[in-house]
Amino acid sequence: MNGRFGLAALACALTLSAADARAEETLKVGILHSLSGTMAISETSLKDVALMTIQEINAKGGVLGKKIEPVVVDPASNWPLFAEKARQLLTKDKVAAVFGCWTSVSRKSVLPVFEELNGLLFYPVQYEGEELSQNVFYTGAAPNQQAIPAVEYLMSKEGGGATRFFLLGTDYVYPRTTNKILRAFLHAKGVTDKDIQETYTPFGHSDYQTIVAQIKAFGAGGHAAVISTINGDSNVPFYKELGNQGLKATDIPVVAFSVGEEELRGIDTKPLVGHLAAWNYFMSLKNPANTAFIKQWKEYVKKNNLPGGDSRVTNDPMEATYVGIHMWAQAVKKAGTTKVDAVRAAMSGQTFTAPSGFALKMDETNHHLWKPVMIGEVQGNGQFSVVWKTSKPIRAQPWSPYIPGNEKRAER
Amino acid sequence: MRSVPSAERRLLTLLMLLTATAARSGEAAPPEPRPPTTLDAATLDRLVKPESRDETIASLVEATDVHALPVLRALLEGNLYLGPTAVLVDRDGALQDALTGAPAPVDRDQLEQLTINNRLRRTLERSVAALSLLQGSASERLAAVRVLQDNPGPEVLPAVQKALAQERDRQVKEALRATAAMLALASPEPGQRLAAIEELRKAHAKRRLLQQREVEQDPAVLAALDDAVREVDLALQRAAMVGLFFSGLSLGSILLLAALGLAITFGLMGVINMAHGELLMVGAYATWLVQSAFRGSRHFDWYLLAALPASFLAAAAVGALLEITVVRKLYGRPLETLLATWGASLLIVQTVRVAFGAQNVEVSNPSWMSGGLTLLPDLVLPWNRIVILLFSAGVLAGVWLLLTRTRLGLLVRAVTQDRQRAAGLGVRTPRVDLLAFAVGSGIAGLGGCALSQIGNVGPELGQGFIVDSFMVVVLGGVGQLAGTTIAAGTLGAVNKLLEPWAGAVMAKIVVLVFVILFIQRRPQGLFALRGRALEEG
Amino acid sequence: MSTATVTLTPSVAAPPSPPGRRLYPRKVWAVILSAYGVLAVAIPVLHLAVPASSPLHLSDYTVTLVGKILCYATVALAMDLVWGYTGILSLGHGLFFALGGYAMGMYLMRAIGRDGVYGDPVLPDFMVFLDWKELPWYWLGSERFLQQALLVVAVPGLLAFVFGWFAFRSRIRGVYFSIITQALTYASMLLFFRNQTGFGGNNGFTDFKRILGFPLASPRTRVVLLMLSATLLMSVLVLCRVLVLSKLGRVLTAIRDAEDRVRFCGYDPVSFKLFVWTLSACICGIAGALYVPQVGIINPSEMSPANSVEIAIAVALGGRGTLLGPILGAALLHGAKSVLTVAFPELWLFVLGLSFIVVTRWLPRGVLGLLWREGRS
Repeated sequence: MNGRFGLAALACALTLSAADARAEETLKVGILHSLSGTMAISETSLKDVALMTIQEINAKGGVLGKKIEPVVVDPASNWPLFAEKARQLLTKDKVAAVFGCWTSVSRKSVLPVFEELNGLLFYPVQYEGEELSQNVFYTGAAPNQQAIPAVEYLMSKEGGGATRFFLLGTDYVYPRTTNKILRAFLHAKGVTDKDIQETYTPFGHSDYQTIVAQIKAFGAGGHAAVISTINGDSNVPFYKELGNQGLKATDIPVVAFSVGEEELRGIDTKPLVGHLAAWNYFMSLKNPANTAFIKQWKEYVKKNNLPGGDSRVTNDPMEATYVGIHMWAQAVKKAGTTKVDAVRAAMSGQTFTAPSGFALKMDETNHHLWKPVMIGEVQGNGQFSVVWKTSKPIRAQPWSPYIPGNEKRAER
Repeated sequence: MRSVPSAERRLLTLLMLLTATAARSGEAAPPEPRPPTTLDAATLDRLVKPESRDETIASLVEATDVHALPVLRALLEGNLYLGPTAVLVDRDGALQDALTGAPAPVDRDQLEQLTINNRLRRTLERSVAALSLLQGSASERLAAVRVLQDNPGPEVLPAVQKALAQERDRQVKEALRATAAMLALASPEPGQRLAAIEELRKAHAKRRLLQQREVEQDPAVLAALDDAVREVDLALQRAAMVGLFFSGLSLGSILLLAALGLAITFGLMGVINMAHGELLMVGAYATWLVQSAFRGSRHFDWYLLAALPASFLAAAAVGALLEITVVRKLYGRPLETLLATWGASLLIVQTVRVAFGAQNVEVSNPSWMSGGLTLLPDLVLPWNRIVILLFSAGVLAGVWLLLTRTRLGLLVRAVTQDRQRAAGLGVRTPRVDLLAFAVGSGIAGLGGCALSQIGNVGPELGQGFIVDSFMVVVLGGVGQLAGTTIAAGTLGAVNKLLEPWAGAVMAKIVVLVFVILFIQRRPQGLFALRGRALEEG
Repeated sequence: MSTATVTLTPSVAAPPSPPGRRLYPRKVWAVILSAYGVLAVAIPVLHLAVPASSPLHLSDYTVTLVGKILCYATVALAMDLVWGYTGILSLGHGLFFALGGYAMGMYLMRAIGRDGVYGDPVLPDFMVFLDWKELPWYWLGSERFLQQALLVVAVPGLLAFVFGWFAFRSRIRGVYFSIITQALTYASMLLFFRNQTGFGGNNGFTDFKRILGFPLASPRTRVVLLMLSATLLMSVLVLCRVLVLSKLGRVLTAIRDAEDRVRFCGYDPVSFKLFVWTLSACICGIAGALYVPQVGIINPSEMSPANSVEIAIAVALGGRGTLLGPILGAALLHGAKSVLTVAFPELWLFVLGLSFIVVTRWLPRGVLGLLWREGRS
């Protein structure tokens, strides 16, 4: 034993602390998406689309005469690491904004950091609401922009006139909140508790035999529909089981809030035609903005030789990422600076013509986007056909009026 | 023929149909030379417009207009398009004019697909079924009747009655009669309603019985309804029991497949292979690659036959590489092996992620593994699970034969039981180790191939199975094939028995705690060889 | 008895402990103390006193990162005690760490008070959210710091004691023991994932505001936590050193090398193993309790089998049975993780995975073994 160890430790500590003060020739933004671990399956695409969007903005001359420089880090689906990386992006890389997070727990983990250091986070995924941070812009849907319209559709004549509901989810906060809101909503519509069944499965659950049997038994009572908040990865075994046990959408439709084009890539969708998903964007939409978006994405995938190649799709959180970055760039232009307080002020009321075909507006007060709601039916080719949509974007209600106590909460 | 006015044309076809079916007495309906479509332009126009679509379909079905069938079917299957000038049908990839059947070379970007929703899908399914009653082979007609039993509507009654009058096949006729009786549930005549209830009871159509109970006034019919519902409930419970048993068995077979490879590498050779899950994943990806190679080929349905050796070899190769580079150097140091193979598992996962992407890849069941076997009206056993159950039995038998009936098996057993003495007798132990490890890994690959038919295929596939597989092997008793099998079956069954009342999460926890407690009682697992030697050397 | 299990017993080729009755040679002490000085004095000064514009200033990122690594290092040290010296490989030490963290997290949740999203004075946000009207019994008194501080030690200790009592008495050893500890932590993870269990489900506890009245976001609190972590590590190091050099320590090593012979000599290995196992769990609990306020979140993924394997990896990486090695290993592993996830976000797992293989294959005595040998030659 000698002094080497001590020296090594010291050197280690010093390199970690070495402050780097590079000249500010670019505008740095952070990309905080898991590239390894369990969430990589969903988040990798968001990193790719973020880089694509930044490239697009840079190709048009960047912002304030500077290029945007993305700083990509990998929080590795590890929640404490999310907080650490967020702190690093804000204090060491001094990024102007961070685009990232997927799960609620990752957002909850970084939230105190963003509030403490007054950073800006753009969060692109639909979530459970019940939160409103001044340091976050939520470009995904709040429950009233996704879940409630979907249930209204199921109850309508066109949607099959469902009166009994099987609420199925993965046991974490988003499904729990969504189902809590939906239960209150269904009560308001006169549906009683005996016609609502709520079931949760663990993360990564892969054996849905029992659940599908329960759905079947529930469905025998008639006018039934399943509302699924099953998390990303478990959907494949669930839908495979559903298809193979012969549960058709015409008998018991399943409407899902976490199943998009990306999730369907892993499934043969022919037995699933007619099952539903509610989102604010579908890849199958036909409008100029979306055509351009898809073309840009396909070219980006090809040029960078991303894994998956031709089979790569676009989906709702990708669109939300795309919109978020563009809106941030617009707000920076408007504010003339990347200072957080100025950008935050400039964000309110910002609009952007999104691939969903609507001009989306960032709400003046509540940090959420106004979004159109669309219900899509699964098609045999893994895409969705839109069977219902709102005529215009609707405002988000992060504090759902269906949760008791929220009515008192003054929304600023 | 095309110029004949439509009413006469229908009559003509009908006559043709009737005479033909009468002549053949119950054999398949005549293979009628079907014109592409014979709807008139006005009807098609009304069919295309959303506001008049429903009534148009209903009137076509009520009129039992079999000529509407191709267009209705195209609409149902999403093959009907609104072109710039005409309505087009996509027939096996070629666009045709829906009216004339003439090829229509139109750029697909200009087309608008006519989409339907579930309500319309239901209407169309029964309309197509009703019209198919009058056409097609006996099995097609039977399938159509089944659809109508599930999905009835008043507008199909004329078609059913017409079919009943002309049907010659006894089985189809019986099914038609039952369907007609069921349709009489809406009749004002209590006697007919009772007959309908009787048929519905036989068909276990609980949903429709319940619906009727809500509106029924007649006390006698109500009593019959109550009886029927009760009886159907009993039958459903019985079916649920059988289903539960099957699902336990199925989960057990999956656990067995996941653990069998480990039973060799860990159970026999004592290598704690934390990369075992990744070998499963390699097998699944090999299956996916083979499937991709078969895509578009007409032998697609048989890709699994090629995928089996491919997944075995791929996993065996990775296993052999692992043995040579890591495991070989660490025999006798199991805990170090654990760490090194953990590192290897990280490497394999990330390699796959970089090569094939972090997203899941699509592995679809071949058509003969899609859908399920309908044992009872309420009990469908999915084919993929049945096949996997049989497959796991086959693999188990193979492993058993390999270990007990082959020279390699003999050597493996010799080496694992007494390495020095085996070496002294001239056995090249390193080679045996390598082969045994590769075979164990290959079996894990087969397990991965099977798993790809049930769940996700993604880089993280293996991580979900590692704890379960070790549990199975340890519970069964290390080195005991029979123990492994029984342990897998037990864990699967216990898990599934608990799940309905404890929930999926608690069931899993209870099973794990059960294993932990069991190991305390019998540290060597279910099937321990009793001996007098110390556990340590 | 099949002799196949011969290969399953723990290694008898563990590195020898440095000889001598002294805790460490003076030179080593100098290094240890100066490292402690850097951690407990220099870092706080550089963080608090040096202005942010100076290149010598340490960012709060570095402070929290070092604090976090110190906690991991303490856990690795506790692991070395049971694995390196007693030959019990636990794949469930993450559970004890997390339990300590949860006990502290409960206090921190209650300390939020009315500042939560829902502003309930008693119930943490997630309970308000689940419509719970009152605290479940196991949350009673959790607003008292002392009680929770006691639980930080008591809960992991008790669980380890009960589990160890059964397992060691049944003579479950080697790989079997490793695997059932893995099952234990996995089962606990599933249990804590459930929202109904009452520990916040998947989200766990976050959004802490203060500890004993001090705001967690302030640099001073952070520095104090860092100093506490460094002191904990230092004390545990001394404790472990005293322990392994004592007579007890020699019995432990004997158990590792030939448990049956120890038994034949009239010692009861069970009580020795139980003691060191429980002690190790308690240390993990304390480390977890210091970890949570520094990283600001505790959730069930801390109990995932992968996290526990990482603890063992850190020990192996540094060199097991050396006490200093695991500390170095933890610092290297988690330091590398933090650096590599930024430098090579897509490739860092290759580096990590490869290093495990390299270390176990070519450096059986870990990185410290390498330094040690060079130092001697």
